[in-house]
Amino acid sequence: MNIDPLHILFADDDQDDRLFFRDAIEELKVKTVLTLLNDGIELMDYLNALDSKLPHLVFLDLNMPKKGGMQCLQEIRSDSKLKDLSIAIFSTSSSEKDIEETFVKGANIYIKKPNDFKELKRVLSEVITINWQYHSSGLNKENFLFRI
Amino acid sequence: MKLQFKYDIYTTCKVIMKENLDKLGFPYEITGLGEIEVKCDLSSCQYEKLKESIKKYGIELISDPKNSVAQRIKDVIIEMVYMEEKRPNLNTSDYIADKMNLSYGYLSSVFAEVTYTSIGNFIILHRIEYAKQLISEGTLNLTEIAWKLNYSSLAHLSNQFKKTTGLAPTTFQRIIKMRNNTNS
Repeated sequence: MNIDPLHILFADDDQDDRLFFRDAIEELKVKTVLTLLNDGIELMDYLNALDSKLPHLVFLDLNMPKKGGMQCLQEIRSDSKLKDLSIAIFSTSSSEKDIEETFVKGANIYIKKPNDFKELKRVLSEVITINWQYHSSGLNKENFLFRI
Repeated sequence: MKLQFKYDIYTTCKVIMKENLDKLGFPYEITGLGEIEVKCDLSSCQYEKLKESIKKYGIELISDPKNSVAQRIKDVIIEMVYMEEKRPNLNTSDYIADKMNLSYGYLSSVFAEVTYTSIGNFIILHRIEYAKQLISEGTLNLTEIAWKLNYSSLAHLSNQFKKTTGLAPTTFQRIIKMRNNTNS
């Protein structure tokens, strides 16, 4: 892997979840730069204001007030500047229908929120690794679908 | 109207490299997959010029020898996965070691160091990638795809597909179809 740190965004309205995520990311071997956002509106404002490097990976909680994950997903995919972002959806739902819908709407990754820290680290490590493969090996991002 | 196309990445890259080298006037010989022998020494200025001219195609010049070995291993694997002739008894480690004329042990360790994954995982990833491509194209059914990719059965493909992506191939197929329906 390159020495360039991975730019990761995480949007979730729950403060505990944000801290949990940050702690897990910090314990991974991979070098990362993490930006935490509180909800969908902050996320879209942040992305729209970026005129330089886009993040490598965006993690979105599905259930956020003001603007939810699904709506952010749709907005990102219909924006010419943002449409190729790697997007991972975090959700407590394990309904097959919900999962398929997020993929149909354009998510690359669907993650069922893990309950324990060790599991979260394992999940994030796998997601980052597979995202890296898509980034570095010329694989077709249109077919990048991963569920964990 | 929607156009779908297949591409041969090696031909594409070869043509791009040739055009750019011709444009810059450097004499060269194509010596292998992703490898060109430039018949003169390039000054750092000329090297940078070449680097810049191919950047927009997503082609990068590799300077670190280990990166170069890892990249060549990737190229050999990709060629192997997409190989049209069916060779179900192909021993992948022997194939790779032979092709590169280096020991498999050495190749494994360099590969792991550079890519943070194993050769075995990389092979699986690309076979599944090819399966996804064929599923998206929609001309072959899943059993035909399993056969084309040298899996012993559809169950074997499904298992590996699910293990690699978390989704069954039928689910993937359904999602792609629904995506295409919403987009057209």
